[in-house]
Amino acid sequence: MPRVSMTVNGRAVTGDVEGRTLLVQFLRENLHLTGTHVGCDTSQCGACVVHVNGESVKSCTMLALQADGTEVATIEGLAQNGSLHPVQEAFREHHGLQCGFCTPGMVMSAVDLLKKNPNPDEGEIREWLEGNICRCTGYHNIVKAIQSAAANMKG
Amino acid sequence: MYDFTHHRPASVDAAVAALTGADDGKIMAGGMTLIPTLKQRLASPSDVVDLGAIAALKGIKEEGGAIVIGAMTTHAAVAANATVKAKIPALAHLADGIGDPQVRNRGTIGGSIANNDPAADYPAGLVGLGATVVTNKRQIPADDFFTGMFETALADDELVTAVSFPVPEKAAYAKFANPASRYAIVGVMVSKGPAGVRVAVTGAAPCVFRLAEAESALGGGFSADAVGKVKVSSDGLNSDMHASAEYRANLVSVMLKRAVAAAG
Amino acid sequence: MPDTGIGASVKRKEDFRFLTGQGRYTDDIDRPGQLFAYFVRSPHAYAKIKKVDTAEAAKAPGVRAVFTGADMAADSVGSLPCGWVVTDRHGEAHKAPPHFPLARDKVRYVGDHVAVVIAETYAQAKEAGERVEVDYEELQAIANPVKALDKGAPQVHDEAPGNLCYDWVLGDEAEVNAAFAKAAHVTKVDLVNNRLIPNAMEPRAAIGEYDGGTDSYTLYSTSQNPHLLKLILCAFVLGISENKLRVIAPDVGGGFGSKIFCYAEETVCTWAAKKVRAPVKWTAERSESFSSDAHGRDHVTHAELAMDENGKFLGMKVETIANLGAYLSSFATSVPTYLYATLLAGQYTTPVIFANVKSVFTNTAPVDAYRGAGRPEATYVVERLVEVAAREMKLDPAEIRRRNFIQPDQFPYQTPVALQYDIGNYGASMDKALEMIDYAGFPARKKASEAKGKLRGIGFSAYIEACGIAPSAVVGSLGAGVGLWESAQVRFNATGTVSIFTGSHSHGQGHETTFSQLVAETLGIPIENVEIVHGDTGSIPMGMGTYGSRSLAVGGSAIAKACDKIIEKSKKIAAHLMEASVEDVEFEGGKFRVAGTDKEKSIAEIAFTAYVPHNYPPDLEPGLDETAFYDPLNFTYPAGVHIAEVEIDPSTGVTEIVDWVAVDDFGKVINPMVVEGQVHGGIAQGVGQALLENAVYDMDSGQLLTGSYMDYCMPRADDLPSFRVGMTQTACTHNPLGVKGCGEAGAIAAPAATINAITDALGILSMDMPATAEKVWRLANQHAQAAE
Repeated sequence: MPRVSMTVNGRAVTGDVEGRTLLVQFLRENLHLTGTHVGCDTSQCGACVVHVNGESVKSCTMLALQADGTEVATIEGLAQNGSLHPVQEAFREHHGLQCGFCTPGMVMSAVDLLKKNPNPDEGEIREWLEGNICRCTGYHNIVKAIQSAAANMKG
Repeated sequence: MYDFTHHRPASVDAAVAALTGADDGKIMAGGMTLIPTLKQRLASPSDVVDLGAIAALKGIKEEGGAIVIGAMTTHAAVAANATVKAKIPALAHLADGIGDPQVRNRGTIGGSIANNDPAADYPAGLVGLGATVVTNKRQIPADDFFTGMFETALADDELVTAVSFPVPEKAAYAKFANPASRYAIVGVMVSKGPAGVRVAVTGAAPCVFRLAEAESALGGGFSADAVGKVKVSSDGLNSDMHASAEYRANLVSVMLKRAVAAAG
Repeated sequence: MPDTGIGASVKRKEDFRFLTGQGRYTDDIDRPGQLFAYFVRSPHAYAKIKKVDTAEAAKAPGVRAVFTGADMAADSVGSLPCGWVVTDRHGEAHKAPPHFPLARDKVRYVGDHVAVVIAETYAQAKEAGERVEVDYEELQAIANPVKALDKGAPQVHDEAPGNLCYDWVLGDEAEVNAAFAKAAHVTKVDLVNNRLIPNAMEPRAAIGEYDGGTDSYTLYSTSQNPHLLKLILCAFVLGISENKLRVIAPDVGGGFGSKIFCYAEETVCTWAAKKVRAPVKWTAERSESFSSDAHGRDHVTHAELAMDENGKFLGMKVETIANLGAYLSSFATSVPTYLYATLLAGQYTTPVIFANVKSVFTNTAPVDAYRGAGRPEATYVVERLVEVAAREMKLDPAEIRRRNFIQPDQFPYQTPVALQYDIGNYGASMDKALEMIDYAGFPARKKASEAKGKLRGIGFSAYIEACGIAPSAVVGSLGAGVGLWESAQVRFNATGTVSIFTGSHSHGQGHETTFSQLVAETLGIPIENVEIVHGDTGSIPMGMGTYGSRSLAVGGSAIAKACDKIIEKSKKIAAHLMEASVEDVEFEGGKFRVAGTDKEKSIAEIAFTAYVPHNYPPDLEPGLDETAFYDPLNFTYPAGVHIAEVEIDPSTGVTEIVDWVAVDDFGKVINPMVVEGQVHGGIAQGVGQALLENAVYDMDSGQLLTGSYMDYCMPRADDLPSFRVGMTQTACTHNPLGVKGCGEAGAIAAPAATINAITDALGILSMDMPATAEKVWRLANQHAQAAE
C-alpha cells in the first residue's frame, strides 16, 4: 500500500492508502476529521471543500496521493484557540447555515474568496459560490455573512 | 472506483515510460474529469500517471511574442496571471469562467484540451486564438489538434507539454453556461491577430469548430454590425435535454455578437 | 422583552458545532466492527427477475453476506407500508400493492433494490455487487402518468388494474356545475407540476446494529421522525418488539420531507445486522439519492374557475392526475388528496369547489411529500387560475384577489373543501407586499427594462397552507394510520438547569435555539441553562417528528404544556416552603412569590427542593419532570403574499429574478432570524422548481435522465437574488403559543409567483415549469413575431 504524508491543520500526518483513496476519505476515515462532508459524486456540491497549499479544492476530486507533501487545512483547523474565524463568526451572526451539512465547505470556500478578494460585492460572492450548493438557506444569509466577514476582516 | 497503481513521475520522460509500461495506463493532469469518471466506474485503468510533480509543465512565460502556458498550469493560474491578463485578457476571462473556483484551482489547460470535452471552454480558446499545442514529440496547430468528440491528434504515448498562444490584436470569449453543470452550452471565442480573424465555437457541436461565415464577415470589418446578419445553421449541432440544436444555433449568434462587442 | 426570549433573533446554539466541523451526522458515526452495505439496483424500469445468482459475489474479497428478496421473504420480512388509507369515490380503500425492501418477483423502477452485499469495506461491497448476476426479463415500462391510465398501458402492479391507485373526489360536483352554468366567464388552465428531487445535501444513511446479549437493535438513520420509523419497522416490516429497537437520528443534514419515510435501505441494514452479527452501515451516493429518494410533486392538472361579471369567483373544478411512482411511499396517498385538494379554496371565498384526483402507478421512483407536500401544487393551481382570470377579465391581479379574499370578519371560515380557517388578514399582507414592491412604480420599471432590451414582468402569489398537522381525530377519520400529536418532556435537573426531550426533530430548523427561547421565557431561566434533546427514541418520549411545518405549532405547544405542569407543581412546592396557600403563589420571571409579601423562591430553588425533598409537601411526589402530549384542535393556516419581479433577456431567454417580496403571516414568531431563514430557503426551492429543477424520465425506457447535478439543476447562489421579507401577524387562535409554522411557505408561494411574473413579462397566459431559458426564448420569440 502506498504511503502518504502531509500536514493537516498544522499537524504532520502519515497514512497507508490505496491509489484510489480520495483526499476526503483520507481525512474522514484515516484521520477521523469528519467535518469535511461528501454530498455528491460529480464534484459539484462543494461540501468537501478544504484548502490544499492555501487554495480551496474539492477533496472528493483529489486523490490522497496527489496531496502528498502538501499543507491541508480543514474546517476543524479554522478556529484558533477556541475563537471562531471571522467567517465562521459571520455565518453564526447572520444565520448563514441551517442544517450545517454544506457549511464546512461553504466556509472554507468563503475564506479562500476573501483571501483573493477582500472586498467582494454581492455579485462576486454569488459567482464565487458556484461550486457550493446549499439547499437550506437560499444563499441570502450566506451572502450577507460573507459581506459582513469581509467588512470585519478589514476593520 | 477500482483500484489502480498511482505513479507520480518527476519528468515527462518518466511519465511516458510509466504510461507505456502499464497494461492500461491513464494520464492524470488535474483529475477534474478523470476522477469523477473513475468514481462512476466508467474507466478502470491499471495505472494512473499523475503529472502533478513535473515542475517543468507548470508556468506561464512570454516567448517570441507568444504566451506559452505549461500543460499543468491551472485555470486559476491562467486567470490570475498578469501577463495573460495584459496580453490576452480574453483567455484570462475564459479560464476564469471554467467550472467553479475549486475546479479552477485543480483543473489544467493540458488536461482540458487532451480530454476535448465537447462542452469545455479551452478548445474554443485554442482554436479561436490560433494557438499551437506543444507535445513531447511535436507542435500541433489547434486547428488540427481537436479531431472529434473526446478525440485529439495525440498519439498514445504523447503528452501535451504546453500551449503557445499568439498575442491577438483583439479577442473576446462569450459563454452561455449550462445552468446545471456550468459547462458551455455554447462558447464563442473571436479574435483578430497574427492568425487572422478567427471565430471558434465550443459546446454547440460534437467538437469545437470555426465559424467560416462569421470569420469572413468580420474580415470585412471587425464590428458587431458585421456579424449581425450571420446566419447560424442548426445542422450538425447538438440537441439534448438542455438545449435543442435550434436554440444552440441562436446562442451561437448571440454569443458571437457579444464576443465581438466585448472585443471592441 | 429579554434578548433571549420569545421574539428575539437569538443566534443559534447549534451553530458552533456545525461551523467547527463537529456536527455528528450519521455517516460520521462508526461502530466497532461495522460492515458496509452496497445495494444492487435495477438498471431497468420494469423487468421480471428470473434469477439472482449471488454465488460469485459471496466469494469476493471481504464479503460477509449477500442477501436477496428471497432471504427477506424467508425471514417473513413484511412490505413497507403506506400509512394513510385514502377511500376512493366508490368507498373503496386505495390499492396497496406490496413494496418489499428487496424486490421479489419484479423490479419496477430504475434504482429498485435487488440485493444487498455486505462486506468489510464499502469498496469491496461495491465491487462484489458487480458480481451479483441478475437475469432480468425486460418488460415495457410506463413512465408517463397520463398514459398510465390508457387502456392497454403496461400494468405496474397486478393489484392495481389500469395503474389506478385511487379515483378520489372532494366537494359537490352538482353544485359546482350549477355555479358554472351561471358564470359570466370561465377561465381554464392546463398545468404540469413538475417532478422534483428533494436533494437534501446530506445523502441518506443508516447503520443497523444488533445486540445479541439483549436481543435488541439500534438503528442510526437520517430520519425526520425516529419514533415513526421505529413504529413502522417494528409493527409492520421487521416484526421486532417495539421495546427492542432504538432509533437514533443524530444531526440530519436537511430533509424537506424526503427523510420522513421508511426506506428499504435502513430496513435492510437493521435486518441484516442480526444476520451478520455486526453493525451494517450504508451511505447513499448522490446518484442513489437521485434514483431512490422519494421524489416530489408530479401532477398533471386541468382546472377551471367560474366568475361573475365582476370577477367574483363562483366555483372551481379541478382534475388532477398524480404520479405516485412504482410503489407507495410511507405517506404518498395523502399528498395529492388531503394535503392538496383541501387547499383549493386558497385565500378566497369561492363558494363551491370540486376536485377529482386520480393517482397512478408508473415505473418511476416513488413520489411522496416534499417541502409543502400538496400545498404547493394547490397554490400553483389556484394562483395560476386567478392570474389567468385577471388577464382574461382585464382586471388588475391585485384587485381580482382583493375582491375575492376572505375578509377578517368572516373567520372562523368554513371552506367548501373541508377546512375551517381560524384566522387571517389577507388584505393586510397584500397591502404590505404592494407597498414593499412599489407596485405603483412597476410601469416605470418595465419601461426602463424595455430600454435595455429586456422584458419585465410582475407576478403575485397569495398562498395559504394548512400546517401543524394536526388533530388526530380528524386525520384519523381521513385515513391516517397514526395520531398527529406531539410530545415533550421538561426535566429540571437538581441544579436548576433544564433538559427538554422533544418528539420534534431538527434537521436545520434550529429547534435547539427556538425551543430554548420558549422554555427560557416560560420558566424564567437563562437560555444557556436549557438543553434540547431530540432524535433518540431511547431518550425522548414517543413523538411524531418534524414535517408539515408542525414543530413549533404542535411540538412547541407540547413544550408549553409541559412547562405549565412544571409551574403548577412548583407552585405547590413553593407554597409549602413559603408557608402560603397555593392559590396565593404567583409565578413570574422565574420567581415564585406570595402575593402581597416579599417572600420569593426561584424556580432553581424549587427544583433543588423537588430532588432533595427534606422539607416537602407530604402528599407530593418528589422530582420536577413533566411530560405533556399536545394534540392540536385544528390545523394552522399560515398565509401571505409573495410578489416576484423578473427581467427576461429575449435573445437568450434567460430570466433574472430582480426583486422578491414576501409578506407572510405566521402568527406569533419566536425567532425572526430563524423564520426569515426558513422563508429564504423555501423561496429558493420554489424558484428552483419554477426555473431550474426538473426530474426527467425517458418516457419509453423509464431511465432517469437527470440523475446527477450535471443534469438536475440545483439553484446556486448566482441564480437567486436577495429576498425582501416582511411580516403581518394574526395569532393562531387554538394553540397556546399563537404560532402557525413557517417552514414551507416559500416553497408553496414561489412557483406561482415566478411563473405569473414570467408570463406577464412575455404577455402570454400560460407556460409550464421549469421556465428554462430555451422555453422562455421560444415563447419570447413567438411573442415578438406575433407583435410584429
